[in-house]
Amino acid sequence: MAAKVRIPTPLRKLTNDEEVVEVNPGTIAGTIAELQTRFPGIKERLLDENGGVRRFVNVYVNEEDIRFLQNQDTPVKDGDEISIIPAIAGG
Amino acid sequence: MKALKCRECGREYPLAATHVCEFDFGPLEVLYDYALIKKSLTRATIESRPHTMWRYRELLPVAEGPTVGTQVGFTPLIKADRLAKALGIRELWIKNDAVNYPTLSFKDRVVSVALSRAKELGFTTVACASTGNLANSVAANAASAGLKAYVFIPSDLEQGKIVNSLIYGAQVISIKGHYDEVNRLCAEIAGKYGWAFVNVNMRPYYAEGSKSMGFEIIEQLGWRLPQHTVVPMASGSLLTKIHKSYQEMSKLGLVAETPWHMHGAQATGCNPISQAQKAGLDFFKPVKPNTIAKSLAIGTPADGFYSLKVMKESHGHAEDVTDDEIRDAIKLLAECEGIFAETAGGVTVGVAKKLIASGKIPAKDSAVLCITGNGLKTLDAVTGHCGQPREIKPSLREFEALLAAEKQSPVTA
Repeated sequence: MAAKVRIPTPLRKLTNDEEVVEVNPGTIAGTIAELQTRFPGIKERLLDENGGVRRFVNVYVNEEDIRFLQNQDTPVKDGDEISIIPAIAGG
Repeated sequence: MKALKCRECGREYPLAATHVCEFDFGPLEVLYDYALIKKSLTRATIESRPHTMWRYRELLPVAEGPTVGTQVGFTPLIKADRLAKALGIRELWIKNDAVNYPTLSFKDRVVSVALSRAKELGFTTVACASTGNLANSVAANAASAGLKAYVFIPSDLEQGKIVNSLIYGAQVISIKGHYDEVNRLCAEIAGKYGWAFVNVNMRPYYAEGSKSMGFEIIEQLGWRLPQHTVVPMASGSLLTKIHKSYQEMSKLGLVAETPWHMHGAQATGCNPISQAQKAGLDFFKPVKPNTIAKSLAIGTPADGFYSLKVMKESHGHAEDVTDDEIRDAIKLLAECEGIFAETAGGVTVGVAKKLIASGKIPAKDSAVLCITGNGLKTLDAVTGHCGQPREIKPSLREFEALLAAEKQSPVTA
């Protein structure tokens, strides 16, 4: 088993159109590092120059925003589902 | 329209159904050829056109003119003297989108743009994630345009807003979760199906529709800019777009550029933007909403960052009000001006009251309050808080007894 990352449309060019990518357990920071190794260039799409998650990128672990968890230190376990989603307007 | 442009990095994209920059996920915005518009758009041209939001069509993002919602907008701007007195300010105006056509909220503005553009781009199914008003508007406008509609709402919405979507034959999908969760799901759905999601892949066009509220305020004030504008904030988009409307009319020479201040209103039970503004931050921390102002219950506001920027640049302020303050403000507006606003309107009036009391909006100044939705849609929020009818038999004697009792102890509720 592994954790699953759902890749949003704007990033699928980097993942050869793969919608779901399996990653090893660890933390969100580790997940992003692993994605970068496998899909070079993806890290700078997600993180700003200071290493923080970009302000229009929302990351969820099992449907919970990581800003309500431990941000990039949020643990990632086997079977977890990670979503990366752009901020959306509306009301 | 010239192109779509990322607000973060400036990369340009074709005018398609796409909403985020592929590079940094920044929101895309429509670029206009202002030099060209300036040549043809005059006050006289605008004034010669029908009283709808489309009288400003050069500044709205459709290529061929509107095909959906052609009657939307140009809602009343009311001089609210009785409310001005109650709040202690020299001059007060209410921009009343509680009577916007056809679904009684400002959302008809954004939806008419989004659906007109969706038709231009060849879509036949439209959709949205909504806290209620947007769902109503998408459902109604899609019905009249013959488009298929899917609307996604949080399951705890007011009954009035649910019925107001179902009646038009839209597919209403109720999600067990709050709006931010609905939104997250819709972002994933939008990536998968070829639908025009008005607030996802159509967002650059959709959001521009809000500017029409600002254009109308300027024209209805007699072609001048208001000193203060108080706007309710959910995602924060409306506040930034009204600001943009003031900038555009100034840039085009349609109005003399005088200083204006944009103030943002939130409910205390969902106040990520006002909390950040009051703390002097330029970023916000998401919250889990818990407020009767369900139309404003967005804990992760997409335009929160830009709203904070606009308030800072325009020397405006943000404030928030509790559920009780919201109900009191709804009653105050109704009793002073005969306008029944939904909970978001209570938020706007309640916040204006606080900003005036604290001097952040000076008593000697003039302000416009943006009322964005109708109270008939959120009856649940005030039922039981505005008194009860007094029941009598059809008898003159009983009525006179009631009046006599009232004289002895006047009813104030």
